[in-house]
Amino acid sequence: MRSRGSNNWRFVSRQIFVWLCCAAAAFADQAPAWSPTNIFAPASTPAKSIFGLSLFVLAVTGVVFLVVFTLLLYSVVKFRKRRNDDGREPPQVYGSNQVELAWTIIPILIVVALFMATARVIASVQKDPRLDNAIEVVAIGHQFWWEYRYPGLGVVTANELHVPVSDDNQPSPTFIKLLSADTDHSFWVPRLAGKTDLIPNHPNSMWIDPHEAGVYLGQCAQYCGTQHAKMLLRVYVQQRGDFDRWIQEQRQPATVSSAASQGQRIFETTACINCHTVEGTVASGRFGPDLTHLMSRDTIAAGAATNTPENLRQWILNPDAIKPGSLMPAMQLSDQDLNALTAYLETLR
Amino acid sequence: MSTESIAWPSASAESRSFVDTLHEWVTTVDHKRLGILYIIYALVFLLIGGIEAAIIRIQLIRPHNNFVSPQVFNRLFTMHGTTMIFFVVMPVLFGFANYLIPLMIGARDMAFPRLNAFSFWMTAFGGLLLYFSLVGANGLYGAGNAPDVGWFAYAPLTSRTFSVGHSTDFWTLALLVSGFGSIGTAINIVATILCMRCQGMTLAKMPLFAWLNLVMAGLVILAVSPLTAAQIMLLVDRYLGGHFFDTQAGGSAVFWMHFFWIFGHPEVYVLVLPAFAFASEIIPVFSRKPIFGYPVMVGATVAIGFISMSVWAHHMFTVGMGANVNTFFVISTMAIAVPTGIKIFNWLATIWGGKIEFKTPMLFCIAFLFQFLIAGLTGVMMSAAPFDWQLGSSYFVVAHFHYVIVGGILFTLFGAFYYWFPKMSGRMYSETLGKLHFWLFLIGFHLTFDFMHIPGLLGMPRRIYTYEPGRGWDTWNFIVTIGVFFQAAAIVVFLGNLIWSYFRGKAAGNDPWDAWTLEWSTNSPPPAYNFYTIPSVQSRRPLWDLKHPDDPDWKYE
Amino acid sequence: MSTTSFPLAPTELEWKLPPRGRIAMFALIAAEAAIFTIFVVAYLFYIGKSLSGPMPSEVLSPPFLYTVCLLSSSLTIHFAARSLRVGNVRSFGAWWLSTISLGAIFLYGTASEWHRLIYKDGLTITTNLFGTTYYSLVGLHGFHVVVGLLAMTTVMVFTIVGAMKQEHAERIDVLSLYWHFVDGVWIVVFTIVYVIGR
Ligand code: HEA
Ligand code: HEA
Ligand code: HEC
Ligand code: CUA
Ligand SMILES: [Cu+2]
Repeated sequence: MRSRGSNNWRFVSRQIFVWLCCAAAAFADQAPAWSPTNIFAPASTPAKSIFGLSLFVLAVTGVVFLVVFTLLLYSVVKFRKRRNDDGREPPQVYGSNQVELAWTIIPILIVVALFMATARVIASVQKDPRLDNAIEVVAIGHQFWWEYRYPGLGVVTANELHVPVSDDNQPSPTFIKLLSADTDHSFWVPRLAGKTDLIPNHPNSMWIDPHEAGVYLGQCAQYCGTQHAKMLLRVYVQQRGDFDRWIQEQRQPATVSSAASQGQRIFETTACINCHTVEGTVASGRFGPDLTHLMSRDTIAAGAATNTPENLRQWILNPDAIKPGSLMPAMQLSDQDLNALTAYLETLR
Repeated sequence: MSTESIAWPSASAESRSFVDTLHEWVTTVDHKRLGILYIIYALVFLLIGGIEAAIIRIQLIRPHNNFVSPQVFNRLFTMHGTTMIFFVVMPVLFGFANYLIPLMIGARDMAFPRLNAFSFWMTAFGGLLLYFSLVGANGLYGAGNAPDVGWFAYAPLTSRTFSVGHSTDFWTLALLVSGFGSIGTAINIVATILCMRCQGMTLAKMPLFAWLNLVMAGLVILAVSPLTAAQIMLLVDRYLGGHFFDTQAGGSAVFWMHFFWIFGHPEVYVLVLPAFAFASEIIPVFSRKPIFGYPVMVGATVAIGFISMSVWAHHMFTVGMGANVNTFFVISTMAIAVPTGIKIFNWLATIWGGKIEFKTPMLFCIAFLFQFLIAGLTGVMMSAAPFDWQLGSSYFVVAHFHYVIVGGILFTLFGAFYYWFPKMSGRMYSETLGKLHFWLFLIGFHLTFDFMHIPGLLGMPRRIYTYEPGRGWDTWNFIVTIGVFFQAAAIVVFLGNLIWSYFRGKAAGNDPWDAWTLEWSTNSPPPAYNFYTIPSVQSRRPLWDLKHPDDPDWKYE
Repeated sequence: MSTTSFPLAPTELEWKLPPRGRIAMFALIAAEAAIFTIFVVAYLFYIGKSLSGPMPSEVLSPPFLYTVCLLSSSLTIHFAARSLRVGNVRSFGAWWLSTISLGAIFLYGTASEWHRLIYKDGLTITTNLFGTTYYSLVGLHGFHVVVGLLAMTTVMVFTIVGAMKQEHAERIDVLSLYWHFVDGVWIVVFTIVYVIGR
């Protein structure tokens, strides 16, 4: 009898498990359509491990919820005072040690199960499986933009992170070292991994290995000041070839065509160079984003606006119009200078 | 009505001038008056904090909305969080504790009446100081700014470099000052409960209300003090040029996080234990049964108190602590589910087999049971650290804690208002308005905070003044904002009910609920000295013994 | 039904509760201990983390004499409290005065050490992490000594004008609890700052 009972139980639980997995798989297919930042649409190993754990936790808490909710509902309905009540007090019950023991032990068991599953995922995500062909990136949080450095590859860029696809037969994960130049920030691209904070004087790291090419969105998830809201994240996951080509381009210094030299002169004689770097020119400031290959980016100001000439012009004229509270001052340029400057920036491919 | 003939000092009916009355209230050391001062003070701040919340929600009703600027938004959520935690829920709970504890344990006042008054005024000035920043602090954006560093004010955003001007100083000083008030009140509560109980009321015969407040006060003593220490350090940094949290000089930003959450986590149990206390008084009376498993309830409370001191870093799972540290805080956090579950189950068992009367206080408490269950379970989800790496700092967290604080604490608090209103004012409230308040608030609450979980799951971080369209967050945010208007309407009904009933309600009598604890044995409102003669008790339900001499409790306990 | 037929008949059992002054002082001490813990943890954590000098080993030397003074004041206050409990106000006054003096000597010790650190060694609260943590921790303790001294001086004034009676013994006991705590904290601070921290 007993063994049959437990077999039944195992059967049922396996059924539930299989069913859940199918549901999860179907769900994960649909999920990105709901939101590009849906945490239930993982596309990289850490996010997938978390997704697996979250299903388990949701299932367990879901069952607890159903059971307790039903009991509560039942007792509230069943034990309401009836219209034809006789006015006598109900039997006065003071307690029962058996029941108390039961509802102490069962939650303890549930907690132990939850804990074991959690501990396993913590270990698997937080261990550092460094591979030789891993890409290393240093991400530095600034108020309110992201700086990315590829120390091994000699590339510095901003706001748009490029990483290669990592597939099973050719794994190439990306390790991200997380630093901060000022206040706390947090790197969160839900489909790739959980968030990790960037804290000054407290280096952190995380890793991702995206399985599919595409653009993955996210944003800073630790309050860091006025424009915390527009400190958006874009991760471009590219096929290996595309990625290598991108790296090649980013390594080049800025090409300067004579047509733009008017704008370049303005750039180099205005305060711009105190804050911005353009490789191959005198501009070597580090307070703002590296502009060497500005035109290779789809957005400006950490995703606050698309990278169009009008937006660029507007941005230099008055950054507050696009991103109020950003740390770039309005530069007070004449229309003419502004046009030349914008034209120069347009050449920074 | 044997007490009717006795002339109480304060019951003299002669009318006094407004100034006299005011003077009397300002200089009072009577625990009941101080309790009421606390409660009114908190209600005022509830309106202020609620209006701030409403503005936050209006700004977020659609993407790229321009209702307020980012700077204003950041101040709003900082002020909303700080106000609600420190100047609404803390004072209102202290108010009820002040009012009720001496009455429940059969004492004439708190152990230290003057310390009590001092603590109240400290708390009051703390709140004023916080809001004085609106005129007094010239921060970064012109004169007069509220703090904008978030309610946990992470370093180094609070340093002089990033927070110019004085708004952050107002924040620090406000919490420092009100913190002294809180510690004073907590010491007073501990001393009152341990040293002022009436004859026969052993620790095992105190109402659960007293027990829960005792543990709450213990937690305040051990948790608010670290906050005080951290605030002193912050002041040293900001005014004396110290380096505690100065990352440029080798200081550590993570240190502040630890110090804050060593306070912050026990703090949330400080807030919720009195809510449990309300539920533990109201649920039995309206189920017509004694609380189920009294000793276990006490044990679970003490366990929550102890465990809650060791879980703080579950707010820091994303900070990059090692795997081992994370694992430790996972298990300690999950462990809290066990004693909390025990409490839920005991309330369930109290209802079980009873005859539930759905009066307004009970409605609020029943809603609390359901809502706290959900809130606790979302808490357990986040306590699984990897899951928290996705959920943390998102709207899921915001939904979790409003579910506990509004769905748990505010609901029981409203229940408590209705339950003890007859005692405090001598008048019955309007049951119709009470029910209207309940249903409006229930609808508003669920519209707002149920749907708030979803943008969190879809990757919406908290503390953003606006968001991008096309992320699947728009609809949810819209619904969430709509809910606030129901909540506001409910609160208007609530205040209307209080005011109307205070003047027009019908006389309540001493014991309208046929209840069992000592406060119902004295007049409504109670005279200045509470009891004509100090009572003496033989069981946890002295009035039950009195009403059922043939079947008293002390035979069974 | 009328429930105002209260009071219930008093039961015969003896009813004794702990004194509230003592309980409140213990609660206050718990709160103070929590505050000190945070400062002590900060001190320990930042040992050796200063980016520039002066370092503790270069400028600190353990103030043994002053420590002995402070710790022996715990004894004198104990004797003072005992004298008052048996009603000997004169002897109380003598012991009490010596407690105040010992505390004041200790405070002088701290003051002269700070003076030396600031003017000779150039260590201020802004100098480095050591300065920040050192002055905060020792200063916090010093502040408690000052508060204690103020309270004790008030009592001394009462004693001199002859208002001190045996019935105040309980309150003096409570005050002496505080003083013992301040002394106990010093043992911790001393160990941290002058032994471990160097
Ligand atoms: C009164 C307030 C209150 C209460 C009671 C709780 C209760 C709990 N909270 Fe919550 N919490 C907050 C207020 C509160 N919280 C606030 C304000 C924040 C955010 C602060 C900020 O960042 O601004 C927060 C944030 C917060 C976080 C951090 C999220 C983040 O920022 O990343 C976590 C993570 O673990 C957490 C967990 C829990 C848990 C496990 C409980 C548990 O105590 C819940 C226990 C209850 C139950 C589990 C339900 C009943 C139990 C049963 C029916 C038994 C059976 C169940 C099981 C065995 C699972 N909370
Ligand atoms: C006790 C605690 C408490 C309470 C009760 C509330 C109540 C509410 N809270 Fe809040 N909240 C916090 C504590 C609390 N909150 C904390 C700690 C934070 C974190 C802050 C931070 O990140 O730093 C937070 C953050 C927070 C956010 C996130 C902000 C952000 O991250 O960007 C939001 C957003 O929706 C929100 C909404 C609400 C709403 C809609 C209510 C509603 O329930 C409010 C309902 C009340 C009313 C609507 C008032 C009614 C007013 C009237 C009826 C006035 C009419 C009269 C006149 C005009 C005279 N809260
Ligand atoms: C005081 C420092 C400072 C000066 C001077 C300055 N910038 Fe900037 N700039 C910044 C910062 C900081 C940002 C990032 C703002 C953000 O995203 O929040 C930025 C962003 C930009 C961007 C968007 C880059 C991207 O990839 O998102 C452009 C383009 C730009 N600046 C151009 C200029 C030009 C042209 C000038 C001179 C006319 C100039 N800046 C002067 C600080 C400065
Ligand atoms: Cu960077 Cu928020
Ligand atoms: Cu917590």
